[in-house]
Amino acid sequence: MPTMTMIEALRDAMDVMLGKDPNVIIFGEDVGYFGGVFRCTSGLQAKYGEERVFDTPINESAIVGLAVGMAAQGMKPCVEIQFADYVYPAYDQITQEAARIRHRSNEQFTCPLVIRMPTGGGIFGGQTHSQSPEALFTHVAGLKVVIPSTPYDAKGLLISAIEDPDPIVFLEPKRLYNGPFYGNHSGSSVGWSSHPAGNVPEGHYSIEIGKAVVRRPGTDITILAYGTMVFVAEAAVRATEIDAEIIDLRSLLPLDLEAIEASVRKTGRCLVVHEATRTSGFGAEVIAEIQQTCFWHLKAPILRVTGWDTPYPLAQEWDYFPSPERIARAITKTMEEA
Amino acid sequence: MNTAVRLNYSHPPARPDDLPDFSRIAIPEAGKYDVPPLDLKADASRHYAEGLIRIMDSESRAVGPWAERIEDVNPDQLRLGLRDMLRMRTVDKRLLNAQRQGKTSFYMQGIGEEAIGCGFQRQLQRGDMNFPTYRQQSLLVAADYPLENLMGQIYCNHADPIQGRQLPNMHSARDFGYFTISGNLGTQFVQSVGWAMACALRKCGKIAAGWIGDGATATNDFHSGMLSASVYQPPVILNVVNNQWAISTYTAVASGAGKTYATRALGYGIPALRVDGNDYLAVLAVSRWAIERARSGFGPVLIEWFTYRVAAHSTSDDPSAYRPKDEAKAWPLGDPIERLKSYLIRHGDWSEERHVQAEAEILEEVIQIQKAVEAQGTFVNPKPFSPSAFFRGVYADLPEHLRRQRQEMGY
Repeated sequence: MPTMTMIEALRDAMDVMLGKDPNVIIFGEDVGYFGGVFRCTSGLQAKYGEERVFDTPINESAIVGLAVGMAAQGMKPCVEIQFADYVYPAYDQITQEAARIRHRSNEQFTCPLVIRMPTGGGIFGGQTHSQSPEALFTHVAGLKVVIPSTPYDAKGLLISAIEDPDPIVFLEPKRLYNGPFYGNHSGSSVGWSSHPAGNVPEGHYSIEIGKAVVRRPGTDITILAYGTMVFVAEAAVRATEIDAEIIDLRSLLPLDLEAIEASVRKTGRCLVVHEATRTSGFGAEVIAEIQQTCFWHLKAPILRVTGWDTPYPLAQEWDYFPSPERIARAITKTMEEA
Repeated sequence: MNTAVRLNYSHPPARPDDLPDFSRIAIPEAGKYDVPPLDLKADASRHYAEGLIRIMDSESRAVGPWAERIEDVNPDQLRLGLRDMLRMRTVDKRLLNAQRQGKTSFYMQGIGEEAIGCGFQRQLQRGDMNFPTYRQQSLLVAADYPLENLMGQIYCNHADPIQGRQLPNMHSARDFGYFTISGNLGTQFVQSVGWAMACALRKCGKIAAGWIGDGATATNDFHSGMLSASVYQPPVILNVVNNQWAISTYTAVASGAGKTYATRALGYGIPALRVDGNDYLAVLAVSRWAIERARSGFGPVLIEWFTYRVAAHSTSDDPSAYRPKDEAKAWPLGDPIERLKSYLIRHGDWSEERHVQAEAEILEEVIQIQKAVEAQGTFVNPKPFSPSAFFRGVYADLPEHLRRQRQEMGY
């Protein structure tokens, strides 16, 4: 089984799907000849030709608007927004068009498309290359929102996303593109080649959208995380003596409520971690669901560790997103509750 | 201090207390313009974009090269066009009344603009797709869309093909070449380009037609659509229906200092034509030319259909508050139904008597359908859908959280 980075795994997923289905089409800014600024689509235009993989003008609303028209006609577009921070000009096309077309036409028209976008910080991208806009999309009926944390999941989930009959916002944690990142200040990422999740099967396989996965089984506390924060949470747990269960949500919409509830009922404690700003963030949604269904199982208040409610600071980004230390402090605090 | 610097604020030539004034509108004589080759380039289309293609003159004669291009059109086809427009107008009148009677929440008329959709639609083929706005019901009527379905949506009853999920005028009819309408202006324009690109890539031989109003040309997606069409050259016809009013806002606010909407296309390298949208023959001829051009692979073309919104924007609008009461009567390009009727009568293919008879027949047909549809419920006498219906079709399959919410509601 070959070892892949997440970038390679995502490229492999697109390669598999371009080969499998002639209606699959890839486009976006720089994705064609150059292969994308993160080189996710590198080599695909050379292999499949310009009709399958091509460059677009710098116009996100056009990228998604064209994809909506193509999807409604019967194609399966998988488009790239160069950074999640650039998605706002396309917000109308995603939330009021792609998300609604099936419903408002009573299924006369459908809109099966994938909108890929690198998300999150940690690469010194400043305010406009570091954002985590997932909550803006999880609030929209008709969308699915997926965020993988490993190359294995990235490939399987992207294949599922391209095959899915509904529009999908596919967030790619760019801090994980080249390796798992444990979140220490001095540290760089560790290559995926030394991580089991870097082993990615060749060919077609898929992972069901809407299913979370237990990354680390435990009995003391449930930590709910996704994307880069899965690895930061793992680093935090290693620094404590606590037997924490880490659940990688993978799909935020639909959310695997059953997996979350089962774990929280078991541990009686819960911590939610995300990199996005706190207020009205996705953590609020998860916590609200848990208190509705698991309140009498809880031994302590549910805490959340998140990015701060400020714009993303360039020079102080390590103070911005959750660190293993902040997560460890929250774990300790939760455990200290009677 | 430079006191010479002033902003410009555009105004209509007349307000409610003024006499209607269309003096600023230049109307070239009918028959003035040649028919360009199908591979017309933007640079060569400037005079079409600045002018106004017209076929019917003031004596109801068809004149000039464009008239020659539709010489094969027989009287039956023109009578069909007249019938399409009469049906559209009758439906409009009946449904406006129904709204006034409280039988529906909202209605938007297309009075005065019937020729554009009716003429264009009859030139399309099955499988071609319009991406319309809310004022192109004429495309549906001329596609022989069942009036039961059209009215069912107006009444939000069980005859509504989309089960009460949209405003009354926001139809969706895939099999009749009518894309599902968004209330957000302009979004459909770039989608039409995407659909056309898919047609080209899948080599299915079909084309797309984007539709936008003059006011909505101010939206981002007008420009997104134009740019995308310019880059990829798909088989798309980009239609701007210039009826001069965006609710209460006069067309000059959207057009800025631009001369015509058609000339905007030239900057994108897209050829453009400007057409008398109240001249059914001109609509028919130019539509036929543009559709043939798109299908032949010569890329996008923009058509500005110049017309006048006779009625209010919607049943929630009161145009007497912002324009002269009798402005529509002063509109110099006339009424499309009256003009085609006169043309047919002049050529011995129609008569006043037959017209009166046709109007009565159509009215009877529409009333019969309307009664049958109203029997299935109206806003006065609703027969509601099960609320469980709106949980369907959000996704292909019902996800767990929606299943829980439906259950919470009690269904």
